[in-house]
Amino acid sequence: MIAHLPILQVVIPLMAAPICLILNRSKLAWLFALIVSGVSCLVSILLLQQVMTTGVISYELGGWQAPWGIEYRIDELNALMLLIISAISTIVLFAAPKSIDKEIVKGKHTYFYVLYLLSLTGMLGIVATGDAFNVFVFLEITSLSAYALIAMGKKKQAVWASFQYLVMGTIGATFILIGIGLMYQMTGTLNMQDLSQRLPEVAQTRTVFTAFAFVIVGVCLKLAMFPLHLWLPNAYAYAPSIVTSFFSATSTKVAIYLLIRFTFSVFGLSFSFTTVPLQTLFMTLGLVGIFVASISAIYQHNIKHLFAYSSIAQIGYMIVGFSISSVAGLTATLLHLFNHALMKSAIFLALAAVAYRVGNVRLDSLRGLGRQMPLTMAAIVIGGLSLIGVPLTVGFVSKWYLLSALIEQGWWPVAVLILLGSMLAVIYVWKVVEVAYFKEPVGTPVKEAPIGFLIPIWILVLANVYFGIDTRFSVQVAQAAAESLFGGAL
Amino acid sequence: MLIGLFNNWVVIVLMMSGLYIVIAQGNLIKKLVGLTIFQTSVFIFYISMAKVSGGSAPILDQEISVYSNPLPHVLILTAIVVGIATTALGLSLVVRIKESYGTIEEEEIQQQDNLQNQKENKVEVKE
Repeated sequence: MIAHLPILQVVIPLMAAPICLILNRSKLAWLFALIVSGVSCLVSILLLQQVMTTGVISYELGGWQAPWGIEYRIDELNALMLLIISAISTIVLFAAPKSIDKEIVKGKHTYFYVLYLLSLTGMLGIVATGDAFNVFVFLEITSLSAYALIAMGKKKQAVWASFQYLVMGTIGATFILIGIGLMYQMTGTLNMQDLSQRLPEVAQTRTVFTAFAFVIVGVCLKLAMFPLHLWLPNAYAYAPSIVTSFFSATSTKVAIYLLIRFTFSVFGLSFSFTTVPLQTLFMTLGLVGIFVASISAIYQHNIKHLFAYSSIAQIGYMIVGFSISSVAGLTATLLHLFNHALMKSAIFLALAAVAYRVGNVRLDSLRGLGRQMPLTMAAIVIGGLSLIGVPLTVGFVSKWYLLSALIEQGWWPVAVLILLGSMLAVIYVWKVVEVAYFKEPVGTPVKEAPIGFLIPIWILVLANVYFGIDTRFSVQVAQAAAESLFGGAL
Repeated sequence: MLIGLFNNWVVIVLMMSGLYIVIAQGNLIKKLVGLTIFQTSVFIFYISMAKVSGGSAPILDQEISVYSNPLPHVLILTAIVVGIATTALGLSLVVRIKESYGTIEEEEIQQQDNLQNQKENKVEVKE
């Protein structure tokens, strides 16, 4: 059983999805999905434990040996990603039944859980697999279910946002497919480990260069890096709240994982950062992304839009950390990835509670909610403080590591810009706080969110504080992952 | 050069025209057509990549010693399925867009959205 954990991680939710369809009762399907997601989380904890004690796990699908068969390969980075995805998915699911009751048409609830599990499968699959083509397949499983989930949103803009995401997402995925094809043409292999050994021989050819360009652009479309982020704000804002809080924490993170995996492991450090001027390019785009997205966030009237733009800015921080291409920089990126998943899922889940009580998440509807829904609004405030990077929250930890990584390289101007970017976060978080706490309430008073929301929200908020104080777990795993990526780079 | 790489030229032409249609056309159905052409070019790319000159179809037979590479064919079968799923989903989204917006022209949809946003913001200011 233990030996088969890597495949169980992916197969359990995949098999569970159609069973959900058979159950065909909203509550029953929810319970089942929750249990499945919980089991996935358990599997990922076991995997992480195993990786941290015994090192990399390699699993051959169907017993076919590695370069020929499909290999599932779990190292520290994969294990960390698997844990983030499955844990967030489980916590978010707790709040699902109440939230989708209001936001999704009756009779479509079972489909919601089916699609949710499928997108979970896809994300876990992308991370677990060590085969480049398998990545594409899982990417499309995730994306297709994501388009459908977003289109379930109540407003008519949801369908339009979903269509725009479909066009952009398909172009991105097809770019990745072209890149993989070109790599296969040059090396005759699809296994990532094998690719990393064979690519250096042909690294100087134009084909490999083209393959790299296609893969990177494709992945950047998926991770909504500035200026390829246009699909994200509407997709997040009009999707059902539960979907937003799940995707904001996981889907762009999975794309960042792919970016790291392809640049560091498959193409190798020396190719990615010396042959191609990736460093300057990503540093610039990351910084511009932080500023443009943060400033756009300040001008939003819909809070989901506001935090969606903030997500793009946070991706900018990860990209800056990535572009340093040192162990410290990568550690900062991975930490921020973990931490941002905690912050954003907490904030969006709290917004789901607001949407449940108030009916919308426009800024002016928040008036006076600080007194009417104190626990929910407090969660948004703590999440917001974490976004800014106030000490004792996770946001501080990752910003600290990012700054020290920048200073280690002597890049003072960039460090200053990062701090300025955080100041912008103060403005947009303050906008929310001001309305919620310092404006008189209008309209009918609302009650505090039901307990079904408060428990998952506060689990996430407390995790935000806990990992901001006790950084042993997150830092240790992120550092181990970063070191193994550099050790593995040929 | 031109003849030897004929397939590659076809792939490039299809890929670029597909991408151009996606970007330039405002009609959502036309966008999907462009997207499909774009994807199809990649299928052709994979399939022609697998061709071994003089090789036969990869069916085991004693008389044949050179086979074309079957792996890209298999890969692209998967990609075709993905492509069909994407097109189907895209078309069904277009149906729903038509139902709720009454149009499938990008500009008109954008216009309606902008009007809607303006209205919501005005309400906000009045209150």
